[in-house]
This record gives sequence, C-alpha cells and structure tokens, in this order.
Amino acid sequence: MNRSPLIEFKKVTKQFGEKVILDRVNLQIFEGEITAIIGLSGAGKTILLMHIIGLLTPDEGEILFQGRALSSMSKKELSSHFARISYMFQHNALFDSLNVYENIALPLKEKSSLSKTQIHQKVVARMQQMELTDSAQKYPSELSGGMQKRTALARALVTDPNIVLFDEPTSGQDPVRKNAILEMILQYKREFGFTAVLVSHEIPDIYCVSNRIIVLYNRRVVFEGTPQKLQTFAHPFQDEILQSQRSLKQELQRTGGPECKNIP
Amino acid sequence: MKRDLKRKKSSPRTRGKTFALQFFSLLGTKVLQWMKQLGFGAIFTVQAMIKIVGRGQYMRILQHIYFIGARSSPIVLLVGLFTGMVLGLQLYHALSFVGAEGTLGALVALSLLRELGPVLTAIMITARAGSAMTAEIGMQRATEQISALTTMQIDPVRYLISPRIAASIISFPLLTSFFNLIGIFGGYLSGVLFLGGNSASYLYRVQSSTGMKDITDGLLKAVVFAIIVSVVCCYQGYFSHQRTDSHGARSVGLATTSAVVISCVLILISDYILTSLLI
Repeated sequence: MNRSPLIEFKKVTKQFGEKVILDRVNLQIFEGEITAIIGLSGAGKTILLMHIIGLLTPDEGEILFQGRALSSMSKKELSSHFARISYMFQHNALFDSLNVYENIALPLKEKSSLSKTQIHQKVVARMQQMELTDSAQKYPSELSGGMQKRTALARALVTDPNIVLFDEPTSGQDPVRKNAILEMILQYKREFGFTAVLVSHEIPDIYCVSNRIIVLYNRRVVFEGTPQKLQTFAHPFQDEILQSQRSLKQELQRTGGPECKNIP
Repeated sequence: MKRDLKRKKSSPRTRGKTFALQFFSLLGTKVLQWMKQLGFGAIFTVQAMIKIVGRGQYMRILQHIYFIGARSSPIVLLVGLFTGMVLGLQLYHALSFVGAEGTLGALVALSLLRELGPVLTAIMITARAGSAMTAEIGMQRATEQISALTTMQIDPVRYLISPRIAASIISFPLLTSFFNLIGIFGGYLSGVLFLGGNSASYLYRVQSSTGMKDITDGLLKAVVFAIIVSVVCCYQGYFSHQRTDSHGARSVGLATTSAVVISCVLILISDYILTSLLI
C-alpha cells in the first residue's frame, strides 16, 4: 500500500559558505510514526531538524508538508503549520532568566488562549510526569544536565503538538530516566498519535522505539527503512561502527583492560 | 623572456595599479557592508517600534523600566551631583574674574538642561544598562534561546526588543530630569555653600534664565538618545552570531564593546545635529 508522507524532503541542499552540510537529501516522514535519524557526529542531523521546524531554509530543493511545498505557503499558512510542531533542542535552549515552571508555561502563556488555571494545571501535570515538581522554582543554572533535559522535554510537549522533533532527548540521562523518557515518548504517541522525529546516538534504544530509521552519511541519506531492515544494511556507515568497535577491542586487549563481550 | 615577464610584474606602475585596485575593492566592500548594516538596522528599528503595543507587552515594559530606569538612578544621580558640583566650582572661579558670579545659576542650569544632562545621562545608561542589554540578548542568541522562541511561534523582536526600546524611551527623559535637578543642586552646593556665592542670586538666575524650550529641547534629545542606545545595543546583541571577527562568548563580548562605543559616538554626533537644529 502506498502511503503519502507527512513531510518530504526533495533534493534538499544546504551549505554554509563553502561547506556542504546536506547534499540533495531525499527523505520521507510518515504520520503517526516515530522516525529516528542516525549518523555520525557532524553528519547534519540537527541541521535537518532545523529545516523541518523552519529555522533554516534549503539553498536548493523543496520541503513538502502533506504534498505542499513550504516555499509556496503564505506567511499565515506557514505560521499555523509551524505552530503544530514542537522542537526539543539538543542543548535544551531553556530561558536562564525564567524558572522551571515559567519555562514550561511560556509557550502556553504567549501563544494559547487558555486561562491561567488551565495553564497551571497543564504545567503541573507535565512537571509531575517529568519528576520536576520539587524544582519548579529553580532556575536552569541550578539544575543538573538531566533535569534541564527533562524541563526542555516538558516544554516541548506542554502544547500537545502534532509533530515533535527531539534532538538527542536521552543524552546525559541515567539509564532509569533514559528508559522513562523513551517510554513517555511511546506513551504520548499512543495517546495523542503524534509524529516524532528523533535524532539520537543511542542506537540500541532507537531500534526499540522507532518505526523507521533514516541514516545520514556523508551529507546524504543512505538508508530509509525499518530497524529490522537496517540490521542487514551493508554500507560503509555500518563498517565504520564495526571498525571502531574492533579498534576498541584491540586497545582493551593491548592494555589488559576488561573483556567486552558485546564487541563482535 | 622569463626575466622580462618578472620585471614587468614587479614594475612600480603595476604595483601601483594593484594597490589601487585592492584599496578600492576593500573600500567598496566596506561601504557595501555598512550600507547593508544600515538597511538591516532600519528594518530592525521599524519592526521593533511597530511591535511595542500588544498582548503582554505592558508587564514586560514595566520590568525593563525597573532595570533600565529605576536601577540606573543611583549612578545617574551620583554623576549628576558631581557634574553640577564641578560646574559650580569651575564657573564660579571663571566668573569671579569678570565679577559675574551672580550669573552662576544661569550658566549651570542652562549647561545641564541643554547639553550635559541628556548627554551624560545617555552615556551613563549606555554603560550600565545598554551593555547589559547587548550581553543578555547576545547570550540568548548563543544559547539558542532566540531560536527556541521562533520555534514556539513567539516573535523574538516583539518579546525581547520592543519592550526594551519602549522602556528606554520612558526612562531616559525621566533620568535626564533627575540628573538636571541634582546637577543644579550640585552647582548650588559648590558655588554657594562651599565658595560663598549668593544663594538668592543663584536660585533667581536658575529660575529666570531657563525657559520651557530649554527643558523640552533637552528632553527631546533624551528621547532620541533612548532610541539610539536601545536600538544599537539590542541590534548588536541580536545579531552577535553574525559577527565575522569572532564566535561564541567572544562574539558576545565584542558585540557589547561595539554597542557601547557605537552608542557613545552616535550620542555625540546626534547631539551636535539636534543642537544645530533646535538652537
């Protein structure tokens, strides 16, 4: 069955000065799915997300939303389109002059027509889910990296968006909280049926939560498909991962370090 | 043959041509850059001014009035007092040579109301609040807080810039008035109380020599300086990421330095232009 994609990149190219970051990238993101974007550091994953949220525009190519090019939309249409998308930044981008409560409440206070009581209820509910209730009055500089991440996550989800872009949501989290965050993303997806695009380096976890995986390598998309299909995908990207694991194994053997059974 | 070519390349005439080409190319690039900056600055100013009025702006403007106005008042008052005292001291000695100590009040008041009040207040606020504006907005840019606002469909210019400009427009004239008042009192302190000038003569001259035009001209200058300082400082912070000479925290530092220097220079240039128009 042929499905039509929610978001589609058609030969998208982006370069900063002489440096090409994305080179004729083609990809598809489908409604109601969790799509993971993986790749080596500096492969352009964050830049790709920034194109989806509208922080960057392509130098060449088109980004389509439900079949319509973003470049053909009016300012008003673009505004209502982007209002449905939430973005969780890699480095959180919390407002350092606002406390945790105010940070989470900000998008609702500024853009929604909800009453103060409704906003309070929503913010408190998100803080409870993220175990942030005790830190409501703390400022970002007083929080640990993990708590900052959870505050950013709460802020991204408080508006109940249709599409959520997560830029490394679990980095810097302990294993318990990491699983809790992934569980929450799955739970939210089940409850509200949102579409998620996830950038992550936690490859085993990604396999568990995502419906589709996109691999960015050398400025291009080299793989699009299910996690199962990725296991049998033969590409230098996989080779590089395996090679790095073998190098680590050899180094451990040379230095008399512990034996790591996970490395083939 | 090769030797001839080499000689041709390095001839003084060719060198002169190359130098002239490089010079005009550099000059042209710089002029184009300045024009571009000026254009961006004009658009930025108009956008920020239009967005002053709107939902939630009232509270934000009040918060910035507290920071730019209320918290700058101690330093402005201190500088105002000593400026007045120095004026009283210098002018008293100068006037005593020609036996005109009685006009001390008029000279102190007019110098403060027309020139020193608005200019020194603006420079003091630039140093205290303007630099802080640039640094804060620059850090918000560097830590992606401004991008976060954009992704939440919150207009960063409306949220961050417009309230600061509005607060400056309200705070500058108020602080200038306080500066003038305390400056006149400072002149009284040094000229009358410390040096023994005539108290009644000082106060009478202050009252009789100053007209409403002196006060309104000074306040008009304060409003113009408010717009210049707030726009320059916000602009430098907002676009600190586009600096070509540095990145990250260093670019915020350099943006802050540029903001203070450009503001001070523009205050003095615009002061001359306004004075020549108003006089």
